[in-house]
Amino acid sequence: MNDMTKIEKVAAMQDIKITASGVQVHYGDNHAIKDVSVNIQDKTVTAFIGPSGCGKSTFLRCLNRMNDTIDICRVSGEILLDGEDIYDKRVDPVQLRAKVGMVFQKPNPFPKSIYDNIAYGPRIHGLSRNKAELDDIVEKSLRRGAIWDEVKDRLHAPGTGLSGGQQQRLCIARAIATEPEVLLMDEPCSALDPIATAQVEELIDELRQSYCVVIVTHSMQQAARVSQKTAFFHLGNLVEYGDTDKIFTNPEDKRTESYITGRIG
Amino acid sequence: MSDANFPVGARAQSSLLALDARTKKRNAAEARFRAYGIGAIAIGLLFLMVLITSIFAKGMGAFQQTFITLNVELSEAKIDKSGTRDLEAIKKITTFGYNPLIDAALAQALTDAAIDNPFSKGKDLRKMLSSSAAADVRDFVIANPDRIGDTVEFHLLASSRVDGYLKGRVSRESLTRDKNLTPAHLDLVDAFYGAGVVSKGFNLPFITGADASESRPEQAGIGVSMLGSLYMMLVVLACALPVGVAASIYLEEFAPQNWFTDLIEVNIANLAAVPSIVFGILGLSVFIQFAHLPQSAPLVGGLVLTLMTLPTIIISTRASLKSVPPSIREAALGVGASKMQTVFHHVLPLAMPGILTGTIIGLAQALGETAPLLLIGMVGYVASNYPSGLVDGFMSPNSAMPAQIYEWAKRADPAYYERAWGGIIILLLFLMCMNIIAIILRRRFERRW
Repeated sequence: MNDMTKIEKVAAMQDIKITASGVQVHYGDNHAIKDVSVNIQDKTVTAFIGPSGCGKSTFLRCLNRMNDTIDICRVSGEILLDGEDIYDKRVDPVQLRAKVGMVFQKPNPFPKSIYDNIAYGPRIHGLSRNKAELDDIVEKSLRRGAIWDEVKDRLHAPGTGLSGGQQQRLCIARAIATEPEVLLMDEPCSALDPIATAQVEELIDELRQSYCVVIVTHSMQQAARVSQKTAFFHLGNLVEYGDTDKIFTNPEDKRTESYITGRIG
Repeated sequence: MSDANFPVGARAQSSLLALDARTKKRNAAEARFRAYGIGAIAIGLLFLMVLITSIFAKGMGAFQQTFITLNVELSEAKIDKSGTRDLEAIKKITTFGYNPLIDAALAQALTDAAIDNPFSKGKDLRKMLSSSAAADVRDFVIANPDRIGDTVEFHLLASSRVDGYLKGRVSRESLTRDKNLTPAHLDLVDAFYGAGVVSKGFNLPFITGADASESRPEQAGIGVSMLGSLYMMLVVLACALPVGVAASIYLEEFAPQNWFTDLIEVNIANLAAVPSIVFGILGLSVFIQFAHLPQSAPLVGGLVLTLMTLPTIIISTRASLKSVPPSIREAALGVGASKMQTVFHHVLPLAMPGILTGTIIGLAQALGETAPLLLIGMVGYVASNYPSGLVDGFMSPNSAMPAQIYEWAKRADPAYYERAWGGIIILLLFLMCMNIIAIILRRRFERRW
């Protein structure tokens, strides 16, 4: 970084969507995240990998303040989204989560119709003025979620009646419907079979065109397939962060090398 | 794999077709346990059968009542001497003044059926009828003054002894110690029964009627106390459901986890186990002595039962809120719903069947509760009047179904014993209906999942 010119720095800054510096997370007495600093780029898929319990999901959930719902969880440090501190007292987490959407490990559609699943977010955020606009949003979101063709004839069937892979793509479409800028995915494929996984991965790759995607995954192959940047977490530390190609072919840290070659984790 | 590869002490080679000792023992234990279980259920069912048969055997009689059909001549000379049909003048004639009419009608009935009158005095003959008979005739006349002068057919209540005789409760032997009726009356009843003057019919007044004084068990009904129970349930529903649900939502979804909320939680759990009479005495001191609400009123009864039902509702509501998968909450929060939107749009609808079931079970429990009513004066009150309106229904003294049953069971006249059992049947029917409603609601709401 030192040899960058000033202009290059500015250009790099513009590309950066999320800046975390010195983030610490405590669950009661448990120090879950230890001083993590990372810059996450826009229009890029960033993968968080690491063994179970290393804090990658915890860190992901800091990015849209999902950890606020856990009483014993304390977060310190600074996380900037477009230069604004998301942990500032004036920030309402509800507004933040409209900008930073999230997809969870287990597909969790609402027990409502497919249409209502997608329309719920736009409705509560007032993104549409009438039914026709809402219909548009639903269709657009389902198309971008790559599930439109499968469900267009049964929009009013319950979302819980879809298969696991369809449910997960429905959840992704639901997250997109509120026009977020960042999409957080917490092991989105861990409950899916290989075919559904392939479909979701393809979708993630498309989403990169318009969003900043952060994905937590247990599968290193998946990280290698879908991401451009990879961060390796171990025991609450961010061990190494860099281009995916470099992390997988030529890691700098011993621990990263041990993990990707299967010696730890 | 050869045996040589096993460590010493490994399982010996055995046939699958023969049971070894260990398996036999295990199977025997399992068979024994099944037998215990079936035995326990059989005992439970047996007790239930005994309970239901005894309730119905003893209580069904209350739904049958003996009536005496009489053609009463509403003689103008006796009840409207002026002949002007002036209601005020008619009302001046007391119940007592109608007795001669009934005596005459009874005598006529005897002549019609060609039976000799064994009694010299009309008063003795009239003992076959309920002492409410004259009042019934008088009420009819006041309601229909234009019928004066006609001969009208009345179905008058027979006295409880006559009723008991036809139901097999009273016999000629048992009458030797009874000064109300003589065996001669029973001969008459037999003769009348043959002639169709005395007949048994469905006892609608028992279901719709009011309680009566201790000497007129044939007239007593559970209708007014049923209304009392209804008004109390309305109070309980209106107070306990919103308070209970709001409290549980706050405790389950919003409240921070600290020693104070833990304390509240423990207290709610304990309150559910507090004897109901304690709530009664609390209600007495708070609602009646301190707030000066009317004594024996369904409003007070309802408030006391609300206190009693709240813990039940809160516990069941919290349990059903807890059972909503956290993934639904995360999903809603993840698309940017606020805490309250998450609860009201997603969690509450999913928890609804459980909440409704808990509420109805709580209501059913409150419906059958007697002890707290003891202390606020709803037990022992003779509910002989219908409330005159909605406000009156809440504020004027009344009884409640279980209190009424308790009251009847306490009274000396054996005819009331039958009424008490009959009341229990009605109460059980209500409870059954409420449980069926709970099941239907649960089914209906669960379909949305």
